[in-house]
Amino acid sequence: MAELRPDLAVIANHVAPGSRALDVGCGDGELMAVLRDKQGVDARGMEIDPEAVERCVARGLSVIQGDADRDLADYPDDAFDYAILSQTLQTAARPDLMLEQLLRVGRRAFVSFPNFAHWRMRAFLLWHGRMPVTRHLPVSWYETQNIHHVTVTDFDKLLADKGVKTERSWFFSGDTELTSVGANWRAEYAVYLLSR
Amino acid sequence: MATVLSSTSSTVLLDKPLQLDSGQALDRVTIAYETYGELAPDKSNAILVHHALTGDQHVASPHPITGKPGWWDRMIGPGKPIDTNRFFVICANVIGSCMGSTGPASEAADGGRYGMRFPVITIRDMVRAQVALLDALGIGQLHAVVGGSMGGMQALSLAANFPERAARVLAIATTPRHSAQNIAFHEVGRQAIMADPNWQGGDYYDSGSTPDKGLAVARMAAHITYLSEAGLTGKFGRRLQDREAKSFGFDADFQVESYLRYQGLAFTDRFDANSYLYITRAMDYFDLAEEHGGRLADAFAGTPARFCVVSFDTDWLYPTAESRAIVHALNAVAAPVSFVELSAPYGHDSFLLEVPSLDRVITGFLNG
Repeated sequence: MAELRPDLAVIANHVAPGSRALDVGCGDGELMAVLRDKQGVDARGMEIDPEAVERCVARGLSVIQGDADRDLADYPDDAFDYAILSQTLQTAARPDLMLEQLLRVGRRAFVSFPNFAHWRMRAFLLWHGRMPVTRHLPVSWYETQNIHHVTVTDFDKLLADKGVKTERSWFFSGDTELTSVGANWRAEYAVYLLSR
Repeated sequence: MATVLSSTSSTVLLDKPLQLDSGQALDRVTIAYETYGELAPDKSNAILVHHALTGDQHVASPHPITGKPGWWDRMIGPGKPIDTNRFFVICANVIGSCMGSTGPASEAADGGRYGMRFPVITIRDMVRAQVALLDALGIGQLHAVVGGSMGGMQALSLAANFPERAARVLAIATTPRHSAQNIAFHEVGRQAIMADPNWQGGDYYDSGSTPDKGLAVARMAAHITYLSEAGLTGKFGRRLQDREAKSFGFDADFQVESYLRYQGLAFTDRFDANSYLYITRAMDYFDLAEEHGGRLADAFAGTPARFCVVSFDTDWLYPTAESRAIVHALNAVAAPVSFVELSAPYGHDSFLLEVPSLDRVITGFLNG
């Protein structure tokens, strides 16, 4: 099996075996398959792209085609032990409402996102005066799905405003895990484990 | 190259009366069915395929009247999505039909035909008959039930009423209940049949004339609902049939008229008008939530089965929102469910036509 992206690997390593998890924006089910096969997790998915859903079904995964901005509302409260949102927060119409939904349907939530305050982003914007195009945000501003860029500090502020508890956080530069010191400028992306 | 899939045609006579939702019981029920592939020694590989309104048990073998390939020939066979090298496929004719299972054209106890004396049946009654067939075949739990349109209603009904009988439930282009619009279209069809003087109150079997005109009109109206605007426009547009100019009369000037007339007429060769009345009625009565206290989720409470629900973006007869209602209910009871809306140009009939993504979903769901 191909190695998981580091943020997905962190999530996979910290989801309790035998629990129930919803992967929002699950793509073709890479994380779900690992959760199911290695941890015995009852993993469910939501994905907007019908072809990705097809591939999930072909892997024997239970995935619903839907728009997370709208369809998370269909799930009952506390339906899952974990709601997972990997690299999708920045595509949400309202990331704050999405966060509320995640912590309503899941007792805990994993959220990972690319950090827009990473030094390379800052430098790109400073030197070129243009929206950064990088490894983690590889698409030009006019065609990107990312409509709400967020930084580590912004996210912490949102959590504080909403009274959401951070149980753990992980920060990465490339495949290397960093300490939380200076994470807002050093980290390319972040993973948070949240609870109400 | 066309190869004829080896199949077995059989009938069973149920040894006890079939209790119906109407409160009546139907005695001496015959069920006609076909099977394909081999039943495993532990009987674990059986798949029950439910047919749609005017379908029949000849799912993957030539139709005995029309000689055309089975209605889901493209889906069932060696190496096909429902792979008969691996699965034992059963398709039974629903009760109320005219293709070998007991229906209004069957002989009643007094030796005459039932006609309109045949009791009104429901989707759940059809499923009860199929479960009785499974009992007769000694099959406890199916690997899967699969159905599109009315077949999907049966698959859902089986999951709700006999939850231990199927490990997987695949419901395609279907609905948890018939809408007012669905009922309205069916009523047009039924009224067309009953307005035909040859219908004779349903007692036409030995009269030498059958209500073909009414049945053809019913089929024409229904056929429109199975297609999409884009599909019809693409196939026919406003093109004229075998002529250069409009006739300024009421011949079939347009190709689409000629097509519908042909579809309607061809249907009368293979289907019984009274069966059309009874089966459309069964569909109209279908409301899975109502059967379970008004809440659809309760229909699926505690189900151990895995579900896959598929809709098509051009299906306006059973639109995606109705499939989502099923998915929502399954989510509410935490049932494992997959849902996908596939893109296909053919409207409701997409489930019967060449849609490769449907093949992939079915293959994946049955094997996953």
